[in-house]
Amino acid sequence: MKGPSLMDSLFQRSIDDLIKSLRLTPPGTEPAFIAKAIEEVRREIKSSDPHTKSSALQKLTYLHSLHGIDISWAAFHFVELSSSAAHSHKRTAYLSAALSFNPATTDVILLLTHQLRKDLSSPNAHDVSLALSTLSSICNPDLARDLTPDLFTLLSSSKVTVRRKAIATVLRVFEQYPDAVRVCFKRVVENLENSDLGILSAVVGLFCELTENEPRSYLPLAPEFYKVLLDCKNNWVLIKVLKIFAKLAPLEPRLGKRMVEPICEIMRTMGAKSLVFECVRTILTSLSEHDSAVKLAVGKVREFLLEDDPNLKYLGLQALAIAAQKNILAVVENKDLVVKALSDSDVNIRLEALRLVMCIVSEDNVMEICRILISHALKSDPEFCNEILGFILLTCGRNYYQVIFDFDWYVLFLGEMARVPHCQKGDEIATQLIDISMRVKDARSQLVHVTRELVIDPALLGNPFMHAVLAAAAWVSGEYIKLSRNPFEIMEALLQPRTSLLSPSVRAVYIHSAFKVLMFCMHSYLRLNGDNSSFPSALIDSELVSDVEVDDQNMIVTNGRPLSASSVTDHLAQESILALVNLAEINLGPLAGSNEVEVLERSTNVLGLIKLIKPMLLGSLDNGEGDQTKGELKASETVKLIFDSCSEDLGPISVNAQERVLIPNGLVLKENLDDLEEICGDVKLPLLTSFSLVRPQFPEASSNVDCQGKEESEPASESTSLLAEHWKRHSLYYLAPGNTMATSNDYPPAHDPKDKVTDEAEDLVKLTEKSIITGKTPSQTKPRPVVVKFDDGEVTNVATNRTETKAVLISGAVNKVILGDEATAPSSSRRKPPKSRRVTDESSFGIAKIDQSEHSKAGLGGSKHHGHGKERRRRSSAKDKEHDRKDKQKSDKHRSRHRADKALEAQAPVIPDFLL
Amino acid sequence: MGIRFVLMVNKQGQTRLAQYYEYLNIEERRALEGEIVRKCLTRNEQQCSFVEHRNYKVVYRRYASLFFLVGVDNEENELAILEFIHLLVETMDRHFGNVCELDIMFHLEKAHFMLEEMVMNGCIVETSKANILSPIQLLDKAS
Repeated sequence: MKGPSLMDSLFQRSIDDLIKSLRLTPPGTEPAFIAKAIEEVRREIKSSDPHTKSSALQKLTYLHSLHGIDISWAAFHFVELSSSAAHSHKRTAYLSAALSFNPATTDVILLLTHQLRKDLSSPNAHDVSLALSTLSSICNPDLARDLTPDLFTLLSSSKVTVRRKAIATVLRVFEQYPDAVRVCFKRVVENLENSDLGILSAVVGLFCELTENEPRSYLPLAPEFYKVLLDCKNNWVLIKVLKIFAKLAPLEPRLGKRMVEPICEIMRTMGAKSLVFECVRTILTSLSEHDSAVKLAVGKVREFLLEDDPNLKYLGLQALAIAAQKNILAVVENKDLVVKALSDSDVNIRLEALRLVMCIVSEDNVMEICRILISHALKSDPEFCNEILGFILLTCGRNYYQVIFDFDWYVLFLGEMARVPHCQKGDEIATQLIDISMRVKDARSQLVHVTRELVIDPALLGNPFMHAVLAAAAWVSGEYIKLSRNPFEIMEALLQPRTSLLSPSVRAVYIHSAFKVLMFCMHSYLRLNGDNSSFPSALIDSELVSDVEVDDQNMIVTNGRPLSASSVTDHLAQESILALVNLAEINLGPLAGSNEVEVLERSTNVLGLIKLIKPMLLGSLDNGEGDQTKGELKASETVKLIFDSCSEDLGPISVNAQERVLIPNGLVLKENLDDLEEICGDVKLPLLTSFSLVRPQFPEASSNVDCQGKEESEPASESTSLLAEHWKRHSLYYLAPGNTMATSNDYPPAHDPKDKVTDEAEDLVKLTEKSIITGKTPSQTKPRPVVVKFDDGEVTNVATNRTETKAVLISGAVNKVILGDEATAPSSSRRKPPKSRRVTDESSFGIAKIDQSEHSKAGLGGSKHHGHGKERRRRSSAKDKEHDRKDKQKSDKHRSRHRADKALEAQAPVIPDFLL
Repeated sequence: MGIRFVLMVNKQGQTRLAQYYEYLNIEERRALEGEIVRKCLTRNEQQCSFVEHRNYKVVYRRYASLFFLVGVDNEENELAILEFIHLLVETMDRHFGNVCELDIMFHLEKAHFMLEEMVMNGCIVETSKANILSPIQLLDKAS
């Protein structure tokens, strides 16, 4: 490309021209226009005339920042122009750099080092502050390392603006190059004493950011911050100081006691809402044990909630949410306003209110609250309606339905929620329906009732959002058909013509449920029949007798008339069962040609069964004998086998179920299978609560549990020793080996590790009970049904905290500086450690060193303060030492934590000297 | 880092100023601006000025045809940020005299300079209007 000609410079378009023409371009042609403009700039930017170049840069910056044009190609020109003597050109260049450079990847940043250093030491304050601003935007580790000395000089600059900006830049430099802390930290701390508000504001802002990550390191500075809190009258600074104290107070209880009074004073006297709110937040997060302060804060929150300003209302609700974590009463006291906010015009406010309402849910008020919420859901817009439903499901399902006492009510309520017009939470409702059916045995009869209502309603089939719920309802109806009062009705519902509206997968569930219902009816019929005629006694399973007795009654009701004489029963049942079989045959016949494999397969199953059974039924109707009896026998055997395989209860399965499968001798795990990791690495483990709607057709009853265990659990664990340990702890939760059949209906005892916690909470809740519950209190006569759960595996493992290395590095360095400072020279600040301490510091050196060698793993941390902390404890008592050793062991495990702890050990005694 | 970004957006959703205090590439910026603008501009005057988005809170305020949107950390004091926005507008008002969208469009650089004086590294460092404007007045004098 040719260089810029004189003409180009003379007739260069200014930034104003560019913007004007850009505004005039017809819509659609903008990209073409911008491309042309960039072409121009490419030529102009090569100009040796700084004015032309600067103008070109301005245009580039504009296009980059507002039109998202990539200008990384021009990076070198920014560097070039930054050395211009004219301040305005320099500004333009630095601004372009700050807006477009990527500190991690732009390599020309290094070329700026020299220019930045030159500007940092310039006598012109504007140049210096410009360089500082730029440095803080584009700082990378190299720049930070190279410019730290210059920054150090500026930290005590006599020019206030420069010093202030230098302090603000320090934060970025520390992050990029933690070693800078050693050089600069002391000077930064000295600035805390400065009387200039701007400087103070910058220092406090800096510490506010630093304390965010590793507050413990900054505890020794508490007296300085405290002084600022008392003396400073500037709201911006006070807010930042409050934020610092909010982090420090939980670490040092004595600090809290000292702070609480001044903070309350500020809250009472200051008018600025931002400051008052910060006080409220500080008290509620960090000083929640100071009752009077909390009371004052909650009072202020109430004032906020009563205001018309939506901002204050929103913040008030947020503050209550903070309070709710430790002090649920604060929410209960303001319940009226919270409920009112549920119908606010702003969805953000409504959501906050909803979260709060869910906070106060307990087993005593869950019904009342759910009733209020569902009425809100019915009258609000679809989006919020679903938010409400989602929150209800989440809260009620939390921790295995911890707040639900009356499952009959909850199951009904689930049905009600599914019918809310805008409901899109079908999946979650379906999951809970099935989950409860498996976990809570006592709720099953009510569940069957609720699901019947859902399945028989033809109107629901047309709503796609309902399909998940319907699938669950169909499954529950089929699985627990023996609890149903009218299996025929269910069968009709499952086969109704409108099921063609369902998606194939849901329809498959319907058909399979129909299969189970048919199976059940057949079996009951045969049992009846067997009792009356000479049913082979071998087939009468003693286990089933009790079941069948109930079933007989059901069948009687089924047929719609009281049946006493068995002969009548026989005949009627025969007719109706035939009708049932015909119904299934007629409805499923066409589906045998379905394109959907699931549907096809399920319906073929049913048809196959019918084919097997129908001759027998017809035969017995004809009152046949001889050959017929033989065929009947065969069919009824099959029916019994199938029925048996279906009648086993499904239960939730622990993630660790696999572990109960003993490893066969000679099987070496992990030998050749390591390679599989790569292949199967992306295969997700199924959720524990997941279940299979489709059960295997002819599962061997005895291996059923094991099969499922294999499917649903994690890959086999590492070693048999682990297994043994696990067995020792959890054998209680497994079925006894060997007699799976016999115990399949017995649920293992529920184990609720959180019960105790709940008990504690209950006391609080009892206090609130009266204010919340207006109507009836739930009847406590009925004990809460057992909810099957496992204490292991279902608790999600909280990922170990990712250590923020930078923060740790910074705070490590800070520890060194602060403590080193203290141990060596008496500082110029107000801190004056008692003489005796310093003496012992010196004398304890020897011991400290021995201690340290013991402690060699601890890594970071100066030896001096280390010994100092040790010495204190050594003096205290011998017993403590042993305690210390334990501490040490613990801390070796968590190195970062350890460092922080160490800081506290050393400092814990320091603070009271200034505070008390 | 308290403040993550400052955006000025007109009623049509066009960005008029964008200042980020952490590096985002062009695509990330565009996506972020699109989402936030969509969320905030649909809200009315009776609704609160805070919107949660991804991991930040956005505090916004409308002045005439221009929306000022500030993305902050969750720890930040929302009301203080509203005050900051107001201060920014007052400062611009003092310099441009009844500031409007066009002033910011045609003097984007100056608007950035003002922000540069007020905020560094996401921390508010200057709140005095005179101090904020002094370097810019100097520039004007020089040219």
